[in-house]
Amino acid sequence: MERAMKLPQRVASMPFRFHGGIAALVALLVFNAFFTPNFLQLQTLFVNISQVATIAIVAMGMTLVIATGGIDLSVGAVMALAGALAPLIFLSDLGSANPMLGVTLAIVLPLFIAGLCGVFNGVMVAVLNVQPIVATLILFISGRGIAQVLTNGNLQTFSNPSFSYLGTGKVLGLPFQGWLALAIACVLFWVITRTTWGRYLLAIGGNERAAYLSGGPVRRVKIGAYVICAVLAGLAGLIVVAINSASDAARNGNLMELDAIAAAVVGGALLQGGRAPIFGAILGAVIIQLVKYTLLANGVEDEVALIAKAVIIILAVWVQQFRRA
Amino acid sequence: MLDETAFDLRKYLRRNSASVTVWIALLALILFGLMRYDNFGSAYNFSSFLNYNAMFIAIALGMCFVIMTGGIDLSVGSVAAFTSVVAAYLSPYGIQVALPGAVLAGVGFGAINAFCIIILRIPPFIATLATMLAAKGGALVISGAQTISVDWGSNFTKLGMGQAFGLFPWAIVIVAGLTLALWLVLERTTIGRTVLAIGGSEDASNLMGLKVNRAKAFVYLLSGGCAGLAGVFLASGFGAGQPLEGIGWELSAIASVVVGGTLLTGGMGSIPATVAGALLLGLVFNVLNFENGQGTISFSAYWQMVIRGGFLFAVILLQSRVIARQQKVLG
Repeated sequence: MERAMKLPQRVASMPFRFHGGIAALVALLVFNAFFTPNFLQLQTLFVNISQVATIAIVAMGMTLVIATGGIDLSVGAVMALAGALAPLIFLSDLGSANPMLGVTLAIVLPLFIAGLCGVFNGVMVAVLNVQPIVATLILFISGRGIAQVLTNGNLQTFSNPSFSYLGTGKVLGLPFQGWLALAIACVLFWVITRTTWGRYLLAIGGNERAAYLSGGPVRRVKIGAYVICAVLAGLAGLIVVAINSASDAARNGNLMELDAIAAAVVGGALLQGGRAPIFGAILGAVIIQLVKYTLLANGVEDEVALIAKAVIIILAVWVQQFRRA
Repeated sequence: MLDETAFDLRKYLRRNSASVTVWIALLALILFGLMRYDNFGSAYNFSSFLNYNAMFIAIALGMCFVIMTGGIDLSVGSVAAFTSVVAAYLSPYGIQVALPGAVLAGVGFGAINAFCIIILRIPPFIATLATMLAAKGGALVISGAQTISVDWGSNFTKLGMGQAFGLFPWAIVIVAGLTLALWLVLERTTIGRTVLAIGGSEDASNLMGLKVNRAKAFVYLLSGGCAGLAGVFLASGFGAGQPLEGIGWELSAIASVVVGGTLLTGGMGSIPATVAGALLLGLVFNVLNFENGQGTISFSAYWQMVIRGGFLFAVILLQSRVIARQQKVLG
């Protein structure tokens, strides 16, 4: 039925779907405009976009997994793994000899490995019927360990302008990764609303048994969701490494699973599954980033910011309850 | 189930086939260690191993109750870090003040969880995720992001470093008592049975007139209290309140419970098997340390995480096959 709905109509109905989030965003912006010094400047926008992009990219993948009724705790570890691999590849003999090939491989191979992590998660969940929290717990524990074993726990620093473009490049004056996140969002939005895969994704989250009995490729779709989530996490890992011109396997993506889940939920994803608000995930990521920035810019300590984040998560889900009722 | 008088081993095995794997694995690993290393069976290794793992067992016990209701508690690690700081601040007044004080602080966080989950009807995963952040922030705020040294003049460090009756470390005695008490609560009290019923079907339990909310509040308060106790062990065993500790503890605890054969969907579970699961995960580290000591391998700390994940993978794989077979038998 939704297929028959014209795009403009859908866009028109969108603010309704996550009005709570929009309201929070507007409140944050107004507060900052009045109280945060130098908030209304291009530089502030630039800093925030370059930081929010990684959260948004991971949160979109998480939204897909949550839409199937699952959860992926391994995203932070996958970020660390992909981020550790990239410098290893373009700093290797082959990579230094052929810079172009080196950088290409340094982007493609880590994403491929991240995809394999997603296959692992997906097979555990969809084929072996292990609960998602437990299945992704395995890579959560060992993924970062593998990354640290690969790098001996060392910080890898490098200077490679073409790779660093991922995190420091500008398009039309705004960070490249911001545009990248937006492009990914558009593609995923199209996939969810316009393809059978997307329809099945939502159907599985709504009622897995019914989706299976009506002949839906439940396993394939579920594995696909975990693979996309892992590849996006890998991409975010590469961006973090590119921003810093250094890869630290111990810190890259640390606690990202929490930020991503929080962003997805604030953006309107239901933990029971059945909904995949992709642009909501971006909105959620922006809100979380803005809260962090607001507190930081007004001299509130990082520790208190954690408590604020906790309150936001609770409030967002609490408000969700009313909408469902 | 309650009026079972004679213990029927075969029936027990059939009912608990998922948790039997953990006992076999635990025994196999202990035998392996005894045969391979000279000092593995020494009293020192035995008591220091148990003493160190006491806090993880305490957390896993609380987590087991929460998971049996079909919930989850992600806040335990941060709460333990918070209460270790509380215990360190209270340590000058002695263990008789610091222990209850820290456990109460843990119960307080459990109360926040219970309020969010039962009154605000927020899914446990999200509610406890939020408390996890809040407890971590709180721990850093009250400690000023510093390690807080305990008072060495009082009797506080006796708990983590002294011996009860000159035999066992106190932590082991307390955790053994806690295990026994919780086992009795689960198997012999109304609230224990209600916990299992909720995990089986919350709606059905409600319609049966069981006191669902009371049992749910109980498990989150219990889990918070257990985390509080772990914080006391942490502070007294290492001589300091550590606001940055506890990262990933919730996941170790969940792993212990799962390895012990409890399903995350709730409705079933075993207290002894959970303890066995926690011991098994700890023992993997112990064995790796011995291997490192013998010089046959030299694994860095990073390998330990990889191996731990791989080990969890193996147990889950085994368990999913056992459960699949069990479901086939039951139809």
